[in-house]
Amino acid sequence: MLPPVFGVLFDGIAYGMLLFVLSVGLSVTLGLMNFVNLAHCAFAMLGGYLTATLVNDFNWSFFATLPLAFIAAATASIAFERVFYRRLYRAGDLDQVLLTIGIAFVSVAIAAYLFGTAQQPIQTPPLLRGAIDFLGLSLGKYRLFLIAIALVVTILLVVGIEYTRFGAQVRAAVDNQRMAGGLGINVERTFAVTFALGSGLAGLGGALAIEIVGLDPNFSFIYLVYVLIIVSVGGLGSIAGSLAAAILIGVSDIAGKYYFPELGAFLIYLVMVVILMWRPSGLFGRR
Amino acid sequence: MKRSLFAGAALLAVVILPAGANAQIKIGVINSYSGQFADTGAQIDNGIKLYMKQHGDTVAGKKIEIIRKDTGGPNPDVAKRLAQELIVRDKADILAGFTLTPEALGAASVSEEAKKLMVVMNAATSIVTTKSPYIVRVSLTLPQIADTLATWAVKKGGTKKAYTMVSDYGPGIDAEGAFQKAFKEAGGEIVGSVRMPVANPDFSAFVQRAKDLNPESIFVFIPGGAQPAALGKAFAERGIDPKKVKLLSTGEPVDETAIKSMGDLALDRISAWHYDFNHKSKMNSDFVKAFNAEYKRNPDFFAVGGYDGMHLIYEALKKTNGNADGDALIAAIKGMKWESPRGVIWIDPETRDVVQTVYIRRVQKVGNDIVNVEFDKIENVKDPVKAAMKK
Amino acid sequence: MVPTDTISAPQLYLQSLSRWSATEIAFWLATLLPFFLFPNYLSLASQIAITALFALSLDLILGYAGVVSLGHAAFFGIGAYAAGLFSKFVWGEPISGLLVAALLAGLAGYATSFIICRFRHLTLIMLTLGLGLLAFEVANSAHWLTGGSDGLQGVRIWPLFGIFKFDLYGYTAYSYSLAVLFLFFLGMRRLVHSPFGLALRGIRENLVRMPAIGAASRAHIRKAYTIAAAVAGIAGALLTQTTESAALESISFQRSADVLVMLVLGGAGRLYGGLIGAIIFMIARDQFSGIAPQYWYFWIGILLIVVVMLLPNGILGGLSKIFARWSRK
Repeated sequence: MLPPVFGVLFDGIAYGMLLFVLSVGLSVTLGLMNFVNLAHCAFAMLGGYLTATLVNDFNWSFFATLPLAFIAAATASIAFERVFYRRLYRAGDLDQVLLTIGIAFVSVAIAAYLFGTAQQPIQTPPLLRGAIDFLGLSLGKYRLFLIAIALVVTILLVVGIEYTRFGAQVRAAVDNQRMAGGLGINVERTFAVTFALGSGLAGLGGALAIEIVGLDPNFSFIYLVYVLIIVSVGGLGSIAGSLAAAILIGVSDIAGKYYFPELGAFLIYLVMVVILMWRPSGLFGRR
Repeated sequence: MKRSLFAGAALLAVVILPAGANAQIKIGVINSYSGQFADTGAQIDNGIKLYMKQHGDTVAGKKIEIIRKDTGGPNPDVAKRLAQELIVRDKADILAGFTLTPEALGAASVSEEAKKLMVVMNAATSIVTTKSPYIVRVSLTLPQIADTLATWAVKKGGTKKAYTMVSDYGPGIDAEGAFQKAFKEAGGEIVGSVRMPVANPDFSAFVQRAKDLNPESIFVFIPGGAQPAALGKAFAERGIDPKKVKLLSTGEPVDETAIKSMGDLALDRISAWHYDFNHKSKMNSDFVKAFNAEYKRNPDFFAVGGYDGMHLIYEALKKTNGNADGDALIAAIKGMKWESPRGVIWIDPETRDVVQTVYIRRVQKVGNDIVNVEFDKIENVKDPVKAAMKK
Repeated sequence: MVPTDTISAPQLYLQSLSRWSATEIAFWLATLLPFFLFPNYLSLASQIAITALFALSLDLILGYAGVVSLGHAAFFGIGAYAAGLFSKFVWGEPISGLLVAALLAGLAGYATSFIICRFRHLTLIMLTLGLGLLAFEVANSAHWLTGGSDGLQGVRIWPLFGIFKFDLYGYTAYSYSLAVLFLFFLGMRRLVHSPFGLALRGIRENLVRMPAIGAASRAHIRKAYTIAAAVAGIAGALLTQTTESAALESISFQRSADVLVMLVLGGAGRLYGGLIGAIIFMIARDQFSGIAPQYWYFWIGILLIVVVMLLPNGILGGLSKIFARWSRK
C-alpha cells in the first residue's frame, strides 16, 4: 500500500501532461521560428469547442472528435499563417505580440457569439470515467488516458524530428534558414507545416482540457499564462524540456498545495521565477 | 474654483430637476458583460430582458430605456466612472445590475451623491447595502446561505464535525466565516479548514488533505464556472463518497453545468440556496418555460436576480406614479413584498436587503435527469451579518 | 562658460531632439479640448490621462531600455494601494499621497531591478510576469490590509489644495490627472533626451556592445526601472484618488497586458506612443463596449490586427514611416 500522497503526485503528473500537450506547439513555433504566437490558446479553444459541439449536439464519440480537433486547429492555423503570420516573421516581437493578441481578442468574441458565455459541460465516455485501484491508490482513468496521450505525442514528435526527412529539414531550417534554402529546402513550407502541427496539438490539448479545466470563451487567455510558463521553464524549442517542465510544474504545484496549502497560489510562479533565475534559458534551453 | 462651482451647479440641476419632466425613465445597467464573469452578466441581462418582454416597456406612463455598460470584471474604478457617466451624460434615473461586489462598492458613492436608486441584482457581500442609503438588493447575501446551512447541518443534518474548503477571496472568506461561526454556535465543531487559490485548476491536493482528517462533513464554497465540476471529480477520484461523507455547499458548486459535467458523481450532495430552475411552483415553471423559449437555456440565480430587480423597479415606479426621484423610490421599495420565481421575497425596510426562503436540496436522479431536489426550507431568512451588527 | 562653438556634435543632436515642435504644442493644447467640447466625458478623459501616464512609464523601460515587462501593473497596484491606505490611515491630502505612492513603488522597483537587469528576452518577460503575479497573490492574501477581492474600503480623499472637490463630472479629476501627466511627461522628455536616455537606447539596440564603450548598462537599467516603477506608482495613486477606490484589478496581469498593448499600438520608444495608444485604445473600448457590451473584444481585436498590418511599429512608427516616404518623393 502506498501512502495517499502518491495519488496526489499522480494527479500532478497527469495535470502536467495536459499542460504539455497544450504548450508543446508554442514551444516549437517560438523556439524554431522565433514567432511569438499569443493566439496559441485560441487554436486550443477551437479544438475544444469542436469537440464539445460534436459530443453534445451530434452525439459523436469523444474519441472520434479528438483527431478532428487536431485537424481543425491545424487547418485554421494554416489559413492564419498564410494571411497574417507569414508577413510578420521578420517584424519585431512587439508587432507579433500585437497581432496575435488581436487575434486572441477576436477569438474570444467569436466564441462568445457562437457558443454563448456559459461553460461547456462534457460527458466523457464511460470507459474514461471513474478510477482504477492500484496498490491502494485510486488513479483516475481519464488521467491515465491523458498520460498515455502525452507519451504518444512525445514519441511521435521526437521520432518525427530526429529520424524523418521532414524532421531533418526542420532542424536545418532552424539552424540556418538561408543555408537550408540554398540547399533546396522549401523553408516557407517547412515552417508552415511545423506551425500547423504545433497548432493542431494545441487543438488536441483544448479538447482534452475540457474534462479537467472546463471550456468557456476566455480559454484563449486563461491558459496563456500557464502555457508561457511551461515554454519558458522548459526551454524554447525543446520537446523534452517542455515535458520535463510540465511534469515539474504539475507535481510541484500539487505537492506544494498538499503540504503547504497557504502557499497554494504562489507556488507555480515561485517555481518559475526560481528556475529562470537559476537557468535563464530554461531547463533544456540551448540559447 | 469656477469649474467646480459650475460642476456643482450642473449637478444640482441634474438632481433637483425631476426626471419626470420627460416621459422616459432611463436605467443604467452596469455589469461584467465581458471577461471571466461574462456569463454572469449575460444571465442577469437575460432576466432583465425577459421581464421587460413580459411586462412591456412602459410603466406609469413612462417608457423604460435600458443603457448597458460593461465593466469587464471586478473593477470598482471602471464601475464608478460608468455610474458617473450614466448619470451625468446619459441622464440615467436608476442604476442597476452589479455582477460583482467591487462594482457595486465602486458605484455606491455615486448613487449616494446623486441620490439615485441603485438596484443590486447580484453582488452578494453583506456590506454592499450599507454603502449608500439608495441601494437595494434583490439577490442574496452569501452569509444568508452559509449561516442557514451551518445551523441546519448541526440541528437537522446530523453532523457535528465539519471541514471547510473555500476559495481564497472575498466571498469565500465571507462564506467560511459565516459557516464556521454558525456551525459552532449550533454546537458543532470545525475540524479543519483550507483556503484554495481562486485560479486553481486542480483540487486533488486539497481534497486529499481533507480526506486525511476523515471528517463527517465537508463544507465547500467556490465560484461558479469551470471549478465546481473539477472539484466534484476530485472528490470522486480521491475516494470521498457523498453517501458517507456529507458534502455541503452553497448553490454554485452544484449548479446545472457542474451537475451535467459530474453526472452520477454529483448524487447525494447537499446544498443550501435560494433558487433553482427546478423549484416547484406555477410561477417558476412558467418562468423557466418562457426563459427557455427566449434563450434556449435554463435560468439560474443570476437570471432571477435580473428578473426580480426589474420587478422591483416596475412596482416602485407604479407606486410613485412614475416619479424616479431616489428618495421617493427608496421609500416605495422599503417593505415591498412579492412572489418571485424563487418563492415569496421581501425587502427589509431597515437594511434594504432581500429577505427570502433558503432551500435545502439534495442532488438526485429524477427520471433521466440529475437535479437538485428541495427537501427542506427555512423561511424569512435575513442577512445575519447586518442582524449581528445591530446588536 | 562654454563658448558655443565648442559644443560637441552629440550635444547639438540632443538639443535638436529636445526642441518643441508645433505638433507637440498642438497635441498638448488639444488635451484641453475635453473641457469645452466633451464636458460629459471628463471622467473617461481623466482615466485616459492616468493610463497614458502608466504607458509613458512603461515606455521608458520598454521603448528606451528594451526591457519588455508583463508585470508593470505591480507598481501601478503598489501605488494605488499606497495612496488608498495613506488616505485611510494618515490623511486624505492628495499630493502627499502621490509622493508616498511614488516612494513605495520606486522602492519596490529598485529592489526588483537587481533581478531585472541581469536578464533579457523571454526570460526577462517571464520574470516580470512571475513577479507581477506574485504581487497580485500577495495583495489577495493580505486580505486584512487590502480588502482582498472586495477592494480597499474607506478611501477618503480631501479636496485638492483644500479647495477643489473631486466632483461627479470629473472636472477636478481630469485637471489633476492631466496636470500630473504633463509634469511627468516634461520630466520624462528631459530624461530621454539626456545622455542617460541615449545610453538607454544604446542598451536597447545592443546590450553586449554597450559595456565595451564603457557604459554601465546594468546600473542604467536599474535606474530606468526604478524611475519607471515610481511613475507607474503615481499613475496608480492617481486612479485611487480620482475614483476613491483601489482593487486587485489594479495589480492584475490584465492591466499589465493592456498597457503593453496600448504602448505597442501607439508605438514604443517615442514618448507620445503610449499617450496616443492609451487615447485610441480607451476611446475605442469605451465606444465599442457602449455599442456591444458583450462583443467589443471583436472590434478591439480587429483594430489591433489592422494597425499591425498597415502600420508596423505602432501607429506613430507607421505614420512616421509613411510621412518620411511621402516627403522624400
